[in-house]
Amino acid sequence: MLRFILSRFLQTALVVFCLVSFTHVTIRMIPGNPFADEKAMQPHLRERVAEAFGLNESFGNQFVSWWSNVLTKGDFGLSTSLFGRSVNEILTSAFPVSLTLGLGAMFIALVIGIPSGVIASLRHNGWIDYGSMILAMVGICIPAFVLGPLFQLWIARNVSWLSSAGWERPTDILLPALTLGLAVAAYVARLTRGGMLEVLSQDYIRTARAKGVPGHTIILRHALRPALLPVVTYLGPAFAAVITGSFVVETIFQIPGLGQHFVTAVTSKDYFLLPGLVLFYGCLMGIANLIVDIVLTILNPRLREA
Amino acid sequence: MSGNEIEERLEKGTSLWKDAWLRLRKNKMAMIGLWVVIFIFLTCFVFRWFLPQDPNAVALGNEFAPPSAQHWLGTDQLGRDMLTRILDGGQISLLVAIAATCLTVSIGIIYGGISGYVGGRVDGVMMRIVDGLLAMPFLIVVILFRELIEVRVDLIGKFLTSEWGWDKDFVRRFSNIIPLLLAIAAFGWLTMSRIVRTQTAALKRGEFAEAARSLGLSHFRILFRHILPNMLGPVIIYATLTIPSFILYEATLSFIGLGVEPPNSSWGVLIKEGANYLESNVSMLIFPAVVFSITLFAFNFLGDGLRDALDPKAAKD
Repeated sequence: MLRFILSRFLQTALVVFCLVSFTHVTIRMIPGNPFADEKAMQPHLRERVAEAFGLNESFGNQFVSWWSNVLTKGDFGLSTSLFGRSVNEILTSAFPVSLTLGLGAMFIALVIGIPSGVIASLRHNGWIDYGSMILAMVGICIPAFVLGPLFQLWIARNVSWLSSAGWERPTDILLPALTLGLAVAAYVARLTRGGMLEVLSQDYIRTARAKGVPGHTIILRHALRPALLPVVTYLGPAFAAVITGSFVVETIFQIPGLGQHFVTAVTSKDYFLLPGLVLFYGCLMGIANLIVDIVLTILNPRLREA
Repeated sequence: MSGNEIEERLEKGTSLWKDAWLRLRKNKMAMIGLWVVIFIFLTCFVFRWFLPQDPNAVALGNEFAPPSAQHWLGTDQLGRDMLTRILDGGQISLLVAIAATCLTVSIGIIYGGISGYVGGRVDGVMMRIVDGLLAMPFLIVVILFRELIEVRVDLIGKFLTSEWGWDKDFVRRFSNIIPLLLAIAAFGWLTMSRIVRTQTAALKRGEFAEAARSLGLSHFRILFRHILPNMLGPVIIYATLTIPSFILYEATLSFIGLGVEPPNSSWGVLIKEGANYLESNVSMLIFPAVVFSITLFAFNFLGDGLRDALDPKAAKD
């Protein structure tokens, strides 16, 4: 187990390193520089600014010093688009916001998705089954960027304790998390239903039933655990979906999280904020996938020996 | 009936494809999906040209008009006809998704086919590369890659207009969508190559492949003429399910302003504009969103139906 975790960790580290290096190279190869958009800057000022950010050195030197600063001091450098702010400061202020939103979305996805999948599988081929699966398909096909504005218009306008934009009151998380979580909930429901249907037709369930185990115990104790394996496997991709979804949702609801910074970092060619964010996202996804793998081996004894 | 004819009929039997078609026809949702997809294509690419309205004609004084005989779906914030804008946007959205899918299928087949056919260490290395790329967050690398190639495509466009005298507007339309399309394709082929690799690795051990080898055919011919046709089923299923996800990616990118840009429009761009003018006129959001969602819906049901029809072993979930 420890060896498995260690080798996965090294793999993830390699992938993240490649990803961040790709980001560095890409952002430098885009013509222009982060200060090109500013109003006509005096040449000597531009020179001073470039020097302050260390942009006059060769790319190789900058690249190496960026990595050594990150690895030794945890220093991601200064943002070139948001003057006077360090990348660390941006990350630490925006991350809790995004994390709360992401966890909220995941929570909504599981709380809606798993029960509806279970109920659909118990009423297989009944109208509840068809209804909830069509609903799940609708959830998949109506993207967050349609759902978000509609929520703003129809719900936030009419409910006084929900606001259509901003991140001040504790209730402000509800609509964005719902927008972000519903598509994931739809996938979770489909996977839960599929897993349950497969498990319910197995012999050991029939044995349990013949033994006289009460219905809810069969479902909760015997069926649900193996049936949720596909859902757990999906949680890695789901996490990625929540991250990319946050680009959209944070823009719609004007939430000061990482997603919004990512979009502006790309458009304003921020030499240091963008690699910092990508490194952050890469690590988060790596950790999420690692946790999913560990949970899978715990849930599925057959994987443990391998 | 002559003897020959009887013999012919007896020998014919039913092909895999005919069987699949019969199964698909029984699947109501998949057939609805198929007809909706055909309908959307016809309206976007054929019916569109019979409409007299100009989607780019600005008519100030007629902003946010409700649906009328002249403008079936009303007008937008500049008084432009919504219906033709949606159909033109659909052309771009569908073209991007389908062209990107064609590219991913081709790359996936070649890469996965070679990896599976050659096997051994080459296979190991090629698949590790795929694993590594798959571990990267898709949308983030697509955004970065699009930024990277946009300028190069722009340069080619400038060359074409100045040296070869191509029409400027025509080139400008494409110089915006081609980087997006290439970026999606550049990272979208990974799963396809995995599917093809697994199939190839299994099929190359088949007796028919051995027979082809003993006939002395070249590796190229064995792989592309004998092995590949046998995996058309999974490839078609996956390609059908890829199209809606690419439509969705395109729209997401356009919505956050990193995809299709004016003067082009796509469903993502229209939905974004609709969201901006939510308070003045909801229908500007609703109409493109409904068309968009129905298209995704249809493609997904068609893809699910094809999976059941072409791959009966994989049983319905």
